[in-house]
Amino acid sequence: MAVRDDIVNTIAAFSLFADLTGPQLEEVAHLFDESFFGQGERILRQGVSGSGFYIILEGTAAIRVDNVDRSTLKAGDYFGEISCLLGEVPVADIVAETPLRCLVLPAAQLEGFLTAHPRVMYRLLQGEARKLKNTTKWLS
Amino acid sequence: MVGSGPGGLQLSYSLSRLGVDHAVLSDDPAPGGMFRRWPVFQRMLSWTKPFTGIARTSRAYERYDWNSLLADEELHRAVMPALMDGTSYFPSRPEMQKGLETFAERTGIRVRHGCRWESTTVIPSPAGAGGQGGGDDFVLATSDGEYRAPVVVFAVGVAQPFRPPTPGLEQVPHYGDFRPVETYKDRRVFIVGKQNSGFEIATGLLPWARQLILASPSPTKLSVNTRTLVGVRARYVQPYEDAALAGGVIILDTTIEEVIKDGAGYRVRTRDTAGRELTMPADDVIAATGFVTPLRDLPALGVATFGQSRLPAQTPFWESATRPGIFFAGTITQGAGGLKKHGIPSNSGAVQGYRYNARVLARHLAETKFGVAASRERLDAAALVPYLLDQVSNGPELWHQRSYLARVINLDRDNGITNEGIVPLQYFLDSGGGDAVAATLESNGQGNPYPVVYIRKDGSVTEHAMAPDPLLDFTGRDYQDELRKVLETVLSGAASPA
Repeated sequence: MAVRDDIVNTIAAFSLFADLTGPQLEEVAHLFDESFFGQGERILRQGVSGSGFYIILEGTAAIRVDNVDRSTLKAGDYFGEISCLLGEVPVADIVAETPLRCLVLPAAQLEGFLTAHPRVMYRLLQGEARKLKNTTKWLS
Repeated sequence: MVGSGPGGLQLSYSLSRLGVDHAVLSDDPAPGGMFRRWPVFQRMLSWTKPFTGIARTSRAYERYDWNSLLADEELHRAVMPALMDGTSYFPSRPEMQKGLETFAERTGIRVRHGCRWESTTVIPSPAGAGGQGGGDDFVLATSDGEYRAPVVVFAVGVAQPFRPPTPGLEQVPHYGDFRPVETYKDRRVFIVGKQNSGFEIATGLLPWARQLILASPSPTKLSVNTRTLVGVRARYVQPYEDAALAGGVIILDTTIEEVIKDGAGYRVRTRDTAGRELTMPADDVIAATGFVTPLRDLPALGVATFGQSRLPAQTPFWESATRPGIFFAGTITQGAGGLKKHGIPSNSGAVQGYRYNARVLARHLAETKFGVAASRERLDAAALVPYLLDQVSNGPELWHQRSYLARVINLDRDNGITNEGIVPLQYFLDSGGGDAVAATLESNGQGNPYPVVYIRKDGSVTEHAMAPDPLLDFTGRDYQDELRKVLETVLSGAASPA
């Protein structure tokens, strides 16, 4: 499948999926939905329920808290995982800085996906640890 | 506009009632779009409930009638239940086609049939033309000459057969090439794809085929489990039960590696996620592998597409997210995803959802591109709570387009309380604006739907979800008290218009 093959090739290079085999990457490409956002479009909204777990395939997005841009996300980065894991509303807006292509998994499916793929869970945990480290540095 | 399926007809009707001049071009000989041919087994998946205790001419009846187009005049509403023969609450395909033709005829929709859109170019608008479409005009070259317009709308369906580039799959018939069912008598049939089209064929073949195998990588979802239109619909679940009870139907979660011609039949090589290969013989292989959007040269003009159906990415008002001036109607509007709260898509892929998108789009085009000012009805502060609760209980737009279309009321300090009408929820949340309230009905994939109220005050929006009701009636005292409390903070400023 041309479109799916493109996605498999793209995500094969992402650190989150670094430990997956070819067939497992194909499974990811089928399990997640692809979505597209125009420049300036909001993907997640601070305080609005019902978010999902997003992985950026192409483009960049801003993390915006109370209308202030805090950081930029790029291909291979992901967002929404904190609100999915905690079952709470997002604490930031995510806004497309360029046309943005993402993979998305509904919050309700994240637990099943991570427990079925422990290596992805470990990589995600590493990512969260890195974020926590940066936040701690920034605060101190 | 290009296309004369339900999406094109609804938009043309709604534009006409707003006085917007337009032309509708269609390659087909008559109205109806894909319903002139499909579904293969000649019955719709969407119901029209004949007896509801509600007048068929009322807006509230639309909640139970998924197949009629929308009309301002009572006379033209609920075309479908009047012409169905009563044997099923799913209309037959010919009944659906007849319903669409009848609506077009009665409401005076004019379509240039037999006129095929062939290519698209962009030229600068002539001076004084208003500069619509980003200062460009679109020129559609057709089999009947050139048409030029500042705004173009494509309602061309998502019905171009798609086959993934699996080796050998190109030689097998697609869903759309299905033969008369009796020609599959006592044959082994391998169906590639486990969505509704694959299960529809499997259901129809149950009394004919010797063996049925359905295979695709993703596990089958059922609509009764997802509580949305995502998944195989109940009508087509019988093969699933047959497989679950080991009756002979086989359902596999595998990739299709290769389809090999073998004498008069085929061998199909598959592989599961554990890497195990399995090769199966079949007399027939059918690709129920979906459809793509026939956008012709629009991607070359800058229209970005996404996903396997190659849907154009769209703004909340169904304009190309990457090429202003190009709009979409009909099932293509599922490319404007909205919030997809809890992972649940809108019903924009189906008639009962996109008919409302078309009506909202018509007003949007009329007001932003053609200078038509639609009026906003004034509301009394005391009427607001019962009005909104009636809308979430009976408003068909909210029922069919959950978390997607909202009833918006402006609470303006200068102009008082006005009814903005039906607005895409995403637009309400992201566009900013004065104090206002938006009411939606929402689902989270688990229990019953529930009302949600969004309050915009001083530029920021807060969300208030209310409890579901087992009888789906949100007009009772508890709801009144809760909504009154939620509205108190914003109402104080707007209650006494100048």
